[in-house]
Amino acid sequence: MSTATTSVPADTRLVNRPLTANRLPKWAPAAVAGGSIALGCAIGAIGGLASHLQWGLISAALFVVISYVLSAQVEGRRQAKDRLATSVVWVAFILAVVPLAALTFYTVQQGASVVDGNFLTHSMKGIRTSGPGGGIYHALIGTLEQVGLATAMAAPIGLLTAVYLVEYGRGTLAKVVTFFVDVMTGVPSIVAGLFILSLWNLVLGFNYSGFSGSLALAILMMPVVVRSTEEMLKLVPNELREASYALGVPKWKTILRIVIPTAIGGITTGVMLSVARITGETAPVMMLVFGADYINTNPFDGPQQSLPMYIWQQYSMVNNDFGYARAWGAALVLIAFVMGLNLIARGIARWRSPKGGH
Amino acid sequence: MTSSSPAAPRGRERRKRDSRVGDKIFMNAARGSGILLLVIMAAIAGFLTWRSGIALSKNEGNFLTTFEWTPDAPKPVFGIAVLAFGTIVSALIAMAIAVPVAIGIALFISHYAPRKIAQPFAYLVDLLAAVPSVVYGLWGALFLVPHLDGLTSWLNDYLGWTYIFDQSRAGTTPRNLFTVGILLAIMILPIITAVSREVFRQVPRMHEEAALALGATRWEMIRTAVLPFGRPGIISASMLGLGRALGETIAVAIVLSSNNVLSLHLLDPGGGTFAQNIALKFNEAQPFGRDALMASGLVLFVITLLVNGAARLIVARRKEYSGANA
Repeated sequence: MSTATTSVPADTRLVNRPLTANRLPKWAPAAVAGGSIALGCAIGAIGGLASHLQWGLISAALFVVISYVLSAQVEGRRQAKDRLATSVVWVAFILAVVPLAALTFYTVQQGASVVDGNFLTHSMKGIRTSGPGGGIYHALIGTLEQVGLATAMAAPIGLLTAVYLVEYGRGTLAKVVTFFVDVMTGVPSIVAGLFILSLWNLVLGFNYSGFSGSLALAILMMPVVVRSTEEMLKLVPNELREASYALGVPKWKTILRIVIPTAIGGITTGVMLSVARITGETAPVMMLVFGADYINTNPFDGPQQSLPMYIWQQYSMVNNDFGYARAWGAALVLIAFVMGLNLIARGIARWRSPKGGH
Repeated sequence: MTSSSPAAPRGRERRKRDSRVGDKIFMNAARGSGILLLVIMAAIAGFLTWRSGIALSKNEGNFLTTFEWTPDAPKPVFGIAVLAFGTIVSALIAMAIAVPVAIGIALFISHYAPRKIAQPFAYLVDLLAAVPSVVYGLWGALFLVPHLDGLTSWLNDYLGWTYIFDQSRAGTTPRNLFTVGILLAIMILPIITAVSREVFRQVPRMHEEAALALGATRWEMIRTAVLPFGRPGIISASMLGLGRALGETIAVAIVLSSNNVLSLHLLDPGGGTFAQNIALKFNEAQPFGRDALMASGLVLFVITLLVNGAARLIVARRKEYSGANA
């Protein structure tokens, strides 16, 4: 910019008029933000608004309005609109950060004092729910077994379906499967639970067990595995397949030895993410596993417990401060488990992501 | 090669046949699991329809307009009016809050934030998408509900004239549809953000640079290049979020204090949703009551099926941003 002005020294009026004349200085948004927060708090304090939520909302509204008006005065309408959009986007960001940060922080704060060695290694058997004590050992075992069984069922089927869609799928059947896989990702978990209940428990006459819960979880997991595996298989460069065919390797061996190993990082990530998702499912487990307060290590026989259901029971059925504390402890363990899985999965994705070959 | 020519054809023949058998087995296994998925979907629809048929044939009330839910009474009466109203209203409130905010966050990550903030923040949003709904429910009941007390009474005081925000009894705990809507909005925010962010990222760089080169401000560039390109993606992301909000069970069951009153006073505790009703009534229900609950489950299933199907059809051309892997 400066080179253009220096190379045309003839027109002094242009030279003397700096390009940044009618722009707000760089620190303006920060200053406006600070000012509107102060003003918002002042209004809140004077108006006697009890909720700090409202103070924040007033400040946010003030920020948007003030920066628009200021910019419209100094910079003109187009720039003002740009500023309006920018400030709205920033406000949206902050609006989202507040509850999400509050959720994480509050869970850690409430749960950290509850989780200890005793909590992790004891069940609720013989514990009076009106008092403290007890733990989540039985729920941990139940969750691990149910999720493990569900993964053992859903992952192979999902993987094979994805292979079918990417490697073999031509024609109507593939299109129909693709569409219904997409639709299936939206099946509410409680509907999956109802279905397994009516088929497995009512029609076939099986009893409540961890396994019937994992059947429902498998239904929820399958479409997610299919979709993510599909994406990963599509990323495998066609040259690899062609090279393999050129060496006379049959198709099934090419898929098993070339295509899947190339994409295995992404596939693992997808499976782990879907595991993380079904671990937190409450509704189907609640209907099908029934909830026991003792340790039952056999998922095929009798009621079990699971972490999400434990939280639900401690909140809604125990419904006292000791129950809430136990619920927060279990919630912290559950979140830590799910987020840990997520982080590991994304780490694997980073480490072994197939480089796109198109 | 030439020396072994008499043996070669037979060997090759056998290998060819083997590979064909292997291919056939593998292909059928793959196709079989695809078909299995279709069978499961069909079975879900079939079983729910069958059980609901049993329930509906004995219902003494009108299934669509009855408020009560007493299928196990001597004279079984149950209807979905309250549930449908609660489900749709809470999902609509959630959408009204979550969609604009999510688009804002997605734009923030893709176009506004400094790179150093954008990447970790995108990561964080993805992590929050994985927080189990029961934890959201627990947080909603023990943290959000007390904190919304002030906002609720403020809405009642100043916007009470709108009828919607009028509380019949001022100062009741806000375990109402409005709070549920806010909680659902927080829950579906990450998924809508994640999907629309992916779409915004795929906007061709050339389009954006062309707009900027013509002198557009950043907002004008977004309005003319990014948003039109991303519109189908935004719509499908919102529909995905809507699907989740409609089917959300446990968080609603924890936060809402339900009853069978259909009221437009959104700040009054009460009402219910399909999924919440099933979760709460299920354990005490008799066999017939369960069939009745399945009838309401079928309605929910059909609604989410329509919503999701529509979302998929809208983005059928651009499959890459379906939310299944988010």
